[in-house]
Amino acid sequence: MTELKDLKDKIAVIGVGNTRYGNFPEIDDYGLAAHAFRNAVQDCGIDKDKIDGLLVSRIPYYARMGEVLGLNPKWTITLPGHGRMSGMGIIEAATAIAAGHCDYAALLYANIGRSRRVNYGGDESPGTWDPWGFTSPGAAHAMMFRRHMELYGTTTRQLAEVSVSIRYHACLNPDAVMRNPITIEDHESARFITAPLRLLDYCLINDGAVCLILTSKERAKDFAKPPVLISGFGAQETYSPSSIANFDMDFWYPAISAAGKQAYDMAGVGHKDVDALMCYDNFSPTVLFSLEGLGFCGRGESGAFVENGGLSLGGKLPVNTDGGHLSNSYMQGWALNVEAVRQLRRECGARQIPDCEVVQYVQPTPCTRSIIYTRG
Amino acid sequence: MSYNKPLPRLDTLNKPFWDATKQNRFLLQHCPSCGDTRFPPGPVCPKCLAGEQTWIEASGKGTLESWVDMHRAYWDGYKDELPYRVCLVRLEEGPVVVSNLVDKTENLRMGAPVKVVFEAVTDEVTLPKFTLA
Repeated sequence: MTELKDLKDKIAVIGVGNTRYGNFPEIDDYGLAAHAFRNAVQDCGIDKDKIDGLLVSRIPYYARMGEVLGLNPKWTITLPGHGRMSGMGIIEAATAIAAGHCDYAALLYANIGRSRRVNYGGDESPGTWDPWGFTSPGAAHAMMFRRHMELYGTTTRQLAEVSVSIRYHACLNPDAVMRNPITIEDHESARFITAPLRLLDYCLINDGAVCLILTSKERAKDFAKPPVLISGFGAQETYSPSSIANFDMDFWYPAISAAGKQAYDMAGVGHKDVDALMCYDNFSPTVLFSLEGLGFCGRGESGAFVENGGLSLGGKLPVNTDGGHLSNSYMQGWALNVEAVRQLRRECGARQIPDCEVVQYVQPTPCTRSIIYTRG
Repeated sequence: MSYNKPLPRLDTLNKPFWDATKQNRFLLQHCPSCGDTRFPPGPVCPKCLAGEQTWIEASGKGTLESWVDMHRAYWDGYKDELPYRVCLVRLEEGPVVVSNLVDKTENLRMGAPVKVVFEAVTDEVTLPKFTLA
């Protein structure tokens, strides 16, 4: 049996593509995904008929997607439209390539939630606690952040630093949806959605699509762009309490620590080697939880870590250099993985991290994943 | 005026719980084999997988683990009472439940003792809520 660790540096991302991000009622998810796919194909210059693996997330029907793109792969997988599926999907595709299920996998994600007025709460997503009015992932994260405030004295002004740094990055990204700078005061005066969280702690809801194309390191040499290697990954689920969706009493600390350790050990890198962290910022508190779980700071110390622009370009640890879910685009982790690739290819222009060598992705969710990417 | 907030979806698993709240009793599903106690109920014990599960009556006492104030009405029935307060309570028996904290005070602390109160919202449904003890 192959050990996961043996997959270090064996699989590469060769092509990435995305659509514009915004409100596109005139186009459906297949259409958006097709545009992202075409951009990823052009990005690496692959003959699309070579693509023999297809992974779709938040796309209704894999077979229609294949028909739309003219693909008849020999490996297909469908993942639901949950954000946590991005990290899972990339790892699944990597292991499928390593196992020989396919040689070139296209991973497609599309979201039409903006134009179709998705709320992420209420009757749209029925839950155990509806009779008490408790609904939406944002409310679950507010519940966690209140605990963090009580346990560690973390303040909303410290939390604001997360949103401010990530917005600063969005202002440097021509593709980002939100491009006006914000301050800590803007954060503190924004309206509450679920106190203690305010509007600027919440991710965007926008339409768009993302595509990544993966293959083996050996095959990756044949394409237009320098390959970016998947050097390490780690995983840990936390399924109790699933009745309280998107919630963990312990901020997923054990899971993030475990997944992070697996990824660091596999890649053979440590915290000091990480040039940027791409963190699943569905709500700003997840960034704090990630910093503690991965060990960039001690437990309860993330509030102090992020102060004074600690997460901004040039700061202690640049986080979500594309503007993340909070300010670039709500592509549920997929666009953050694309940003990791672009940073390592050094294609990021004004937001480029100098000499970028190692980028880490993390999603603190009931399905926690971390992936470490390096330059090939 | 009729009650226009979400009501529990009764099923064979949770019916004993909602029958009991009508009598101002708070039940927790309990495993007679291994003693595990939980809410919401499940089809088997998640610890030992025993199928036969019973119910025990909780004391109704617990501690405040967290709370939030909902400022957005995801259901129309909440539009006129924003913000409303949702709490996370660790019951004396162990399980953690979500409910409403009826107290309006801003002077709350994690760990504060709370106790259950019952509110009959319709003829059929009584909701357990919590108040500072």
